[in-house]
Amino acid sequence: MSAALTSQTSQGKPRDAADSVRPVVNESGIEIRPLYTAEDVTTSGGFDLSRSGEPPFTRGIHPLMYRQRPWTMRQYTGFANAAETNERFKYLIANGQTGLNVAFDLATQCGYDSDAPEAMGEVGRVGMAIDSLRDFEIAFDGIDLDAITVSLTINGAAAILIAMYLAMAQMRGYDVSRLRGTAQNDILKEFIGRGTWVFPVEPSVKLVADTIEYCAKVAPKYSPVSVCGYHIRESGATPAEEMAYGFSIAKAYADAALARGLDIDDFAGRLSFNFNVFGNLFEQVAKFRAGRRRWAKIILEEYGAKNPASGWLRMIAGGGGFGLTIEQPENNIMRGAYYALIAALGGAQTMALCCYDEAYTIPTPKAQRISLRTMQLLIEEIGLADTVDPLGGSYYVETLTNQMEEKIVEAMGWVDANGGIVRAVAEGIIQQRVSEYAYQRQRAFEAGTLRKVGVNCYTESEEENPNVELHPYDEMGAKAQIDALRHLRSERSNDAVERALRELRADATAGKNVMPALMAAVKAYATVGEMTTAMVDVYGRFREPTRLWRKAA
Amino acid sequence: MRERRIRVLLAKPGLDGHDVGAKVVVQALLDAGFDVTYTGLRQTPEAIAKAAQAINADVIGLSILSGAHVPLCRRIRDLLLEHGLHDKLWLVGGNIPEADRLVLRQLGYRGVFATGSRTQDIVSFIRESMK
Repeated sequence: MSAALTSQTSQGKPRDAADSVRPVVNESGIEIRPLYTAEDVTTSGGFDLSRSGEPPFTRGIHPLMYRQRPWTMRQYTGFANAAETNERFKYLIANGQTGLNVAFDLATQCGYDSDAPEAMGEVGRVGMAIDSLRDFEIAFDGIDLDAITVSLTINGAAAILIAMYLAMAQMRGYDVSRLRGTAQNDILKEFIGRGTWVFPVEPSVKLVADTIEYCAKVAPKYSPVSVCGYHIRESGATPAEEMAYGFSIAKAYADAALARGLDIDDFAGRLSFNFNVFGNLFEQVAKFRAGRRRWAKIILEEYGAKNPASGWLRMIAGGGGFGLTIEQPENNIMRGAYYALIAALGGAQTMALCCYDEAYTIPTPKAQRISLRTMQLLIEEIGLADTVDPLGGSYYVETLTNQMEEKIVEAMGWVDANGGIVRAVAEGIIQQRVSEYAYQRQRAFEAGTLRKVGVNCYTESEEENPNVELHPYDEMGAKAQIDALRHLRSERSNDAVERALRELRADATAGKNVMPALMAAVKAYATVGEMTTAMVDVYGRFREPTRLWRKAA
Repeated sequence: MRERRIRVLLAKPGLDGHDVGAKVVVQALLDAGFDVTYTGLRQTPEAIAKAAQAINADVIGLSILSGAHVPLCRRIRDLLLEHGLHDKLWLVGGNIPEADRLVLRQLGYRGVFATGSRTQDIVSFIRESMK
């Protein structure tokens, strides 16, 4: 539990007069001194004299970082159907965005077709609706997949959507062995927070291993997994725990891939990460620096990788959704700017910002453009791309980096003591811890001990109606999507689909890698719901238990 | 004999996976001394109505952050009425724009708590309504 939420009292004894001022403890539980000197760095583990591009990559994974190439700007985008999303993609690219980060609606994310009863009210709402390869063809029409890298935010249905993306690229004549891109495909974190699981925990991890194995062999430049500390932090974890749980999850996927007979260097360099940026700037920057160092040690020392690039902590950093507020929404524009600053100072490869209106609904084009401009002006006006790791060597940041690494190691030890991450997730141990922290955090907000501008301090005396233009939901669009799906079912070869689904079921039953069968099914225009159902027949569907909570009187 | 504790069913209908708020509310209601049954994610409207009846809930709370609150609440309202649960206290929380709050109140959800609501306000609202 974070000391910052539970107590305002300093743990240690004051070292000098300056320490007797207001005590400050950061969220990860590290006591912050009013002044840092070289002595603090030395006693916390010393200066890290490694250069950027050199293991353990504390200062950055590339020698020149942004001086060579600024971070990729990749706003999370997708709504309604493939055609409208395609239009928005092109708008963002025209405005200088350098990557695409695709949002799918909940039906797609949970493996349902748009006409499934479960999809009621959700088609095209929080992302784009995808039923078949036909939708992917429309969504990426006119976009050069070699010139712009695409990230698919998909987890429960990730194996299907990765197959769809690779199949679409193949059919458009791209050489898949050189194709770059990313899928989120981090199912363990979905069980902790976010909740778009489909299958039970074990077959879910098996499917992640299928995608890693398949991509290592067929699409070695593609990043099949982006491990997300991000959502765990949103759900209720300290910055140190966010890193630690992310690393424990990444190790579980690596172990599953190694069990397939892959070498660590075959895939570790293609594992990527997604981390959050809200909170204290220095704590987050130290988190990224410490995280890079720790991950390099894990892969290069523990796993014995030979290729230094296998130990790169490649990451998208940004978002910060939990930090945004409904109250005084314009303040979210400033928050976004600081979050972008944190990601840049933290050495992120890719950045995406939550938009100022996202505490309400998915963003308007204007809000997305403001986020994009925020990142662009850091590069063009503020000098964030001029030199590598500008905070390196700061007594404060170096000390905090050493201390954060200790906290990360400690939290990973806690996971191991609870049977490892797969078991701890399957038994709900991590979820329990995360929920408790979220409750503490909420209580601290309500008590005013954790300050939030515009929420529990500097509030408006009268509730003013915020002047936010909201993205509207289009009911007719959902209907059109369902019509198109029905039309597809009537015009494709349903025999070919049936055959492909039988193969898929057979491969799943035999415990084989399902990716080749998924590729075939996707190309026959089988739908997301049909392929999911075929796999549910074999793996089952996860159900969250209903539980009675009762406090002893 | 002591009075029976207030019994709450807290449900996550539909496909929305945002459960931080629902779980925080579970904790707050427990601390307030209520009995709370939390359904977990992805409940169908039918399952929610059945669960409310099965546990004889005094309060039925829904949490929806995907934006699909109006169609889901409408469907659940129909089923709650079918199950004879019209006299229970219906609440809904989530990402609910100002314009939709009135719609939900008119559907019979007496308490509508948008994101950012204080848990203490939810507790007080339940206590006041159950008097």
